[in-house]
Amino acid sequence: MIHVENLVKEFGTKRAVNGVSFTVNKGEILGFLGPNGAGKSTTMRMITGFLPPTAGHVTVGGHDVAIEPVAAKKLIGYLPESAPAYSDMTVHGFLSFIAELRGLRGAAGQDAVHRVAGMCVLESVLHQSIDTLSKGYRHRTCLAQSIIHDPQVLVLDEPTDGLDPNQKHEIRQLLKRLGQNKAIIFSTHILEEVDAVCSRAIIIDRGVIVANGTPAELRGRHELAGSVSLRVQGAAAETVRGKLGGLPTVERTTAREESGWIHARVFPKSKGVNGDLARTVAELTVREGWRFDELHTEEGRLDEVFRSFTLPDTVTSKSE
Amino acid sequence: MNESLRNIWTIAKRELGGYFNSPVAYVFIVIFLLLNGFFTFMLGQFFESGEASLTRPFFSWHPWLYLFLVPAAGMRLWAEERRVGTLELLLTLPITAWQAIAGKFAASWIFLGIALFLTFPVVGTVYYLGNPDLGAILAGYLGSFLLAGAYLAVTVMTSAMTRNQVISFILSVVICFFLILAGWEPVTNLLVRWAPTWLVETVASFSVMPHFASFQRGVVDFRDLLFFTSIMVFSLFTTSVILRGLRSS
Repeated sequence: MIHVENLVKEFGTKRAVNGVSFTVNKGEILGFLGPNGAGKSTTMRMITGFLPPTAGHVTVGGHDVAIEPVAAKKLIGYLPESAPAYSDMTVHGFLSFIAELRGLRGAAGQDAVHRVAGMCVLESVLHQSIDTLSKGYRHRTCLAQSIIHDPQVLVLDEPTDGLDPNQKHEIRQLLKRLGQNKAIIFSTHILEEVDAVCSRAIIIDRGVIVANGTPAELRGRHELAGSVSLRVQGAAAETVRGKLGGLPTVERTTAREESGWIHARVFPKSKGVNGDLARTVAELTVREGWRFDELHTEEGRLDEVFRSFTLPDTVTSKSE
Repeated sequence: MNESLRNIWTIAKRELGGYFNSPVAYVFIVIFLLLNGFFTFMLGQFFESGEASLTRPFFSWHPWLYLFLVPAAGMRLWAEERRVGTLELLLTLPITAWQAIAGKFAASWIFLGIALFLTFPVVGTVYYLGNPDLGAILAGYLGSFLLAGAYLAVTVMTSAMTRNQVISFILSVVICFFLILAGWEPVTNLLVRWAPTWLVETVASFSVMPHFASFQRGVVDFRDLLFFTSIMVFSLFTTSVILRGLRSS
């Protein structure tokens, strides 16, 4: 549905976005990650046709945004970063206005307004002026505006920013539901959100895509990902390390003793998170008669992967 | 109605609602009517002149009255959208920038038209006192409405230039002031003394004054209509260029 090709945006001499390409298909929820100023918002503004790209193309549903802007915009629902809304209008008036410009007039428009008001829990403030609303309500009003025409493509710039934990949870559930038959792209810097909602994630830094994959794949890039850590009693640290190191699928092992327990970590020869290594380690532990109270496979931590990709030159070179 | 007209009307409706849902509209209309009354009956010496005509006591003040009131009515049109960020929302809806510009302009022009229409008691007064020339009055109103539209188009343009309403107001007043002064007799007289005739005429041809004057005399000339229309088209076109530039820089 969304096809972005070599997108470049320059502001004066500064390159905010530098050759970004990706595709989002129907049924996919793409998480757009990156530090502040990485070019997330700029990219989204180009997808929605607000900013014309300096170079490159954006196609939405087969329509090039630069050539057929109106046809492309009809397919898109957009929540801008600051969730702007006309503050002198009521929620109902504002949503009706957007519905009309989206081609939903009369009864169809009113149906749409009440449908999204229900989805975004706005019924109680429907006839309140927008400038009297709290931030959460205002945010959801703007979100409601973006889904009023049941768009095939949703572009959401930080949809959960400034919401309380309950509201965040509701929005994530909503996104998941909507994502089943839409192409959704949303930006965030809350990493747990990526795990909770996304089918795929892109990390962008200084205008360039530095990682692209499923949340599990990205976590797998963590240096500890796939390793098995365990805590045992019943042998010396050296013995434990020796025995574990002797396993055929193990590359290297660390072990240290702390307050009576041996903390060991086993790295597999082939990278990748699966249960095989944990099973072999468990079997060995039982065979040796060690007592263990903890044994698990490290899945990798998204926040550390994020840091390693977006921090200048520290861990990036090591993991690439 | 085709889709683009519908979009223009939807936007115009929202803007008109914006005027009348806030005190702006009522304050504006009251002040407009008070000033009109003051100029007409006090400064314009409506009663003393003993003439059943609106030209001198009523319409001749409009270029000066509009100079401040029209920019005040239009300064927020784009500046506010830029400041609050709703510009991003508006321009990512499936409409063209032209439809948005036309809708906003139409709404404010209709609003100014309503304010102008509410001066009808003045017309009733002349009719009560004498036998005025209806044609001249209607032409005067048409001219006044077009004059307001021309100023308004300039204000729409300056409003798109900045996110600050005050700056938009001041720029607009300065440009409209130029449009008055360029053909105002005291100024042209100054120029005539040293400048060649063609220069005086070129400068004067930018002025709204001679064009508005012929409407006041009851003459609806095609050239005057064209003059006001071209100011509006030019200013609104410049607005679309500014809006595009805003996004590509």
